[in-house]
Amino acid sequence: MSQAFTKAMARNIFYGGSLFFILLFLALTFDTDSTLPSRDNHAAITEKVAMGKALWEKNDCIGCHTLLGEGAYFAPELGNVYKRFGSTDAIKAFIKGRPKNGIPGRRSMPQFNFTDEELDAIAAFLKYASEINTNNWPPNIQG
Amino acid sequence: MQYQSQRVAKPYFIAAIGLFVGQILFGLVMGLQYVMGDFLFPAIPFNVARMVHTNLLIVWLLFGFMGAAYYLVPEEAERELVSPKLALAMFWIFLVAGALTILGYLFVPYSSLADMTGNSILPTMGREFLEQPTITKLGIVVVALAFLFNIGATILSGRKTAVSLVLLIGLAGLAVMFLFSFYNPDNLVKDKFYWWWVVHLWVEGVWELILGSILAFVLIKTTGVDREVIEKWLYVIIAMTLITGIIGTGHHYYWIGTPAYWKWWGSIFSAMEPIPFFMMTVFAFNMVNRRRRNHPNKAAVLWALGTGVMAFLGAGVWGFLHTLAPVNYYTHGTQITAAHGHMAFYGAYVMIVLTMISYAMPMLRGREAANSNRSQVVEMWGFWLMTVSIVFITLFLTAAGILQVYLQRMSENPLPFMVVQDKLALFYWLREITGVVFLIGLVVYIASFFVGSREPEASVSPAPAEAGA
Repeated sequence: MSQAFTKAMARNIFYGGSLFFILLFLALTFDTDSTLPSRDNHAAITEKVAMGKALWEKNDCIGCHTLLGEGAYFAPELGNVYKRFGSTDAIKAFIKGRPKNGIPGRRSMPQFNFTDEELDAIAAFLKYASEINTNNWPPNIQG
Repeated sequence: MQYQSQRVAKPYFIAAIGLFVGQILFGLVMGLQYVMGDFLFPAIPFNVARMVHTNLLIVWLLFGFMGAAYYLVPEEAERELVSPKLALAMFWIFLVAGALTILGYLFVPYSSLADMTGNSILPTMGREFLEQPTITKLGIVVVALAFLFNIGATILSGRKTAVSLVLLIGLAGLAVMFLFSFYNPDNLVKDKFYWWWVVHLWVEGVWELILGSILAFVLIKTTGVDREVIEKWLYVIIAMTLITGIIGTGHHYYWIGTPAYWKWWGSIFSAMEPIPFFMMTVFAFNMVNRRRRNHPNKAAVLWALGTGVMAFLGAGVWGFLHTLAPVNYYTHGTQITAAHGHMAFYGAYVMIVLTMISYAMPMLRGREAANSNRSQVVEMWGFWLMTVSIVFITLFLTAAGILQVYLQRMSENPLPFMVVQDKLALFYWLREITGVVFLIGLVVYIASFFVGSREPEASVSPAPAEAGA
């Protein structure tokens, strides 16, 4: 880099540029926050859904699955599983039916021994997630 | 080594390498589970192996950053650390807390671990990379604050250089952004939105400052190029990092319920995120070409140049591949993401920590400036085995990802996830075999610490400038 461009100038670009883009980011965050109510399906967040989210976290479901495309890539996307399976009953039946010792040679979801109330909550959480406005993602029902 | 207190870096580096081995072993477990689904099931289900793999990575990189800071700061500040004892105490606290957390993952079902650690009081667990019990997270905050105090007080009461100030800003940013891991609302969209303030603003933000600072330090030491020149480059690089990377967070806000305008902000700014990485490559090669002296530690110079190249490829090129919203619509959450993640983390953060270890460890073990030739040759074998392996791991995962995207999301009759996974088995096997080669590379790398230690230090050949005179 040429001599005319000094270290002090480079430093000022760093501080000035960073500050500007931090402020811009905060402004966009503020705008996002005020736009979210029209997109984030928050009206559907009941106590049951909140319980479902807590169970989702407590069992580290994200360690195998993706949810809205984020997580691990070992097991299917669950952001749209409510639409793929068609009902909360189908979701509950699937979780309930996992064999305790897995399936020889294949990937299998563990048997979590959830109570009926817990199954209801998890299914309600996944239904809520499926109704978030995700700009039409995923591209198709397979996730 | 000019200051006694720099010695506290040594246990940090040793712990970092030890945890690195654990990370790779669990990576191999996961890789095998991809093709032999019932491997270790139900004793170690995939999600447990994965949290061990990723958490060990984060923890060992943090050990590496802290060790690097403890080594670098006294030389930059031209004074001893304010408190080497505090640094050692924090080392043991962090190591024990980290080990207990990993043992907890392995030997207690995750939901029981959540109950035992009182997760319901302040639920923060069960989110990707932030799986640690809340109490561990609080411990990380305490360690980070004590560390920042130690480093900060040393820097601010000594000589202030651009290298040490940038490092301090990066480390302070690391600690501040981590605080968002305690925010976990019921609203999934908000949860995800702020989760990225930890994850993205770490690896595509403040960590790059730490990376740039360590790279600048090692280049100053090994090339003898004027500090003014190197620090000017450092400022320009990290300016570009934050100018592109902060709004670049938007590339995570395309499909999680956030407004559609993020597709524009995210695409445009993250498309520019390779620029600082490209500059880093040019920077490293430029400084080595303009070197005023030949440093006897050739391995450290190789690591520094390797960091420049691999960070650009992994974070820059492989990041760009899938960052534009119309592309990401199809690639989001597939093996393409995994491919990028592997090369980016290795190229940027693993390699910079190993660069610093390569540079500092000989002095910490009583050498003047470098290990023996034999030791360096073995170390460079480790470098090439690991680096070539990660390139192939990335290529195989990319191939798997392209196939996955096509079969599951683009073809006429999209196939279900698990059907597609079966069709990718060939690439998963190739990835696993390459992973074994990576492990061999790591073993060779570790062996370099034990060979040739009784042989004389590598000698210096005259620098190009001197030789030509």
